[in-house]
Amino acid sequence: MDSRLLSLATVGEVGKSFFHERTSETLPCQAQESKLFCFDWAKENIGSFGMPTLQHLELVVFSVLAGFAIAFVLALLAHRRRWLRAPLLGATGVLYTVPSIAFFFLLLPITGLGRDSVIIALSAYTLQIIYRNTLAGLANVPAAVKDAARGMGLTDRQILWRVELPLATPEIVAGLRIATVSTVAIATLAVLASGGGLGVKIYAGGNLHFATSIIVAGGIAILMAMSFDVILVGIQRLATPWRRTAES
Amino acid sequence: MIGSLLPPFLPASIGGAIEFIFEPQSSSVTGGKKVGGFEQVVELTITQLELTLLALAVALVVALPVGLYLGHRGTGELLAIAIGNAGRAIPELALIALMAVVFGVGFQYVTIALAVLGIPPILTNAFVGIRQVDRAPIDAARGMGMTEAEILFRVEMPLAIPTLMAGIRGATIAIVATATIAPLAGVLTLGDFIINRNVYGASGLLAGGILVALLALVLEFSLAALQRALTSKGLKVSAA
Repeated sequence: MDSRLLSLATVGEVGKSFFHERTSETLPCQAQESKLFCFDWAKENIGSFGMPTLQHLELVVFSVLAGFAIAFVLALLAHRRRWLRAPLLGATGVLYTVPSIAFFFLLLPITGLGRDSVIIALSAYTLQIIYRNTLAGLANVPAAVKDAARGMGLTDRQILWRVELPLATPEIVAGLRIATVSTVAIATLAVLASGGGLGVKIYAGGNLHFATSIIVAGGIAILMAMSFDVILVGIQRLATPWRRTAES
Repeated sequence: MIGSLLPPFLPASIGGAIEFIFEPQSSSVTGGKKVGGFEQVVELTITQLELTLLALAVALVVALPVGLYLGHRGTGELLAIAIGNAGRAIPELALIALMAVVFGVGFQYVTIALAVLGIPPILTNAFVGIRQVDRAPIDAARGMGMTEAEILFRVEMPLAIPTLMAGIRGATIAIVATATIAPLAGVLTLGDFIINRNVYGASGLLAGGILVALLALVLEFSLAALQRALTSKGLKVSAA
């Protein structure tokens, strides 16, 4: 058995003394293999996570906005022209299935390595999620509501923007939440395509960082995903005030 | 080191990548030993497929019974949904890297890490799929004297196949995609062409992208075919 694994497994039984025997007090925490997390190191170096976090944020925001813009237009087109639904579902499905990490490098002859390729690949990934949810949201609008709107003299365009889209908002936002949270996680892989982001604090220069750095970077990514989720829920609540009155 | 020093625009061409897939190429760092070629491609593909299927099997064994049970009982909705949401937020690079740094390299650790990614979509979709089944056929089945197990396996599961399979397909895609970075934890998959780019060069990088994309698409289409085969004839008629 791997000696490191053994040491981890037995920590619980022998307690602190085990560490003291094996590791020198003079070694800094990050040089001690048996330490999973070094608070001192994390406190001292938290500043160096700022830039990668901002880069990560940029990757996610650009990717999701681009993906949303394209998928939203596709969904509106498919909503009007039924025959477009299946081919668009198939096409976005292929883009969704191709793993982002492969997509980065498929773009190599076109956009090379770096941020552009990462943003293109990540937005391609989000298309299907947003497209499906938007289309489902529009399809779920009750026919009676649309009839009533038409009876009141609204044009098709007015029905779309004033009746159908507001009523489809919960589903559209649900799609955006799934797309955004997944994109935050996948964007850690951008480092492999020289696209920056939190991945650089996990893997850089051909080597994995030590555990503390990986945990901090992963923790920031999870926090970022949760924050986006909370923000999107908030936006949905603001955009659909009638649902709040219905709930209370 | 070398990876980060490469110029942003690599001289990668589709032709070079295809050549790399079928014929071993000379490399600047292996001392005359040729890299790439069909034999290595097949070997790495098999490892990636093995890793994917094993991790998927582990995820299925863990997630499916829990999801089906909770769905049938109709309890634990918050838990089942929360697991699905939390699963999406796991950064796969951090997960694999942490496994490698803490436990060391090894097939078994990568399998566990990948299974962790597969559990949330399977569990949540199993729960939602079973939960969404219309109450009327379940009541009818109970009235006909079916046991709870019979109701689950002969009524609820067949009706939940589309949602169930969507979860399994999602898990498979996530696992096979992440198996690409398994070389970081010492398991050589097709991602080796991507991660050890100083060995394989730009052609290897593009070839890796092409091969991983193809592998994922083949798996997705196979599972879609399996789903069609598993969907009962009655459901297909009503859907058409």
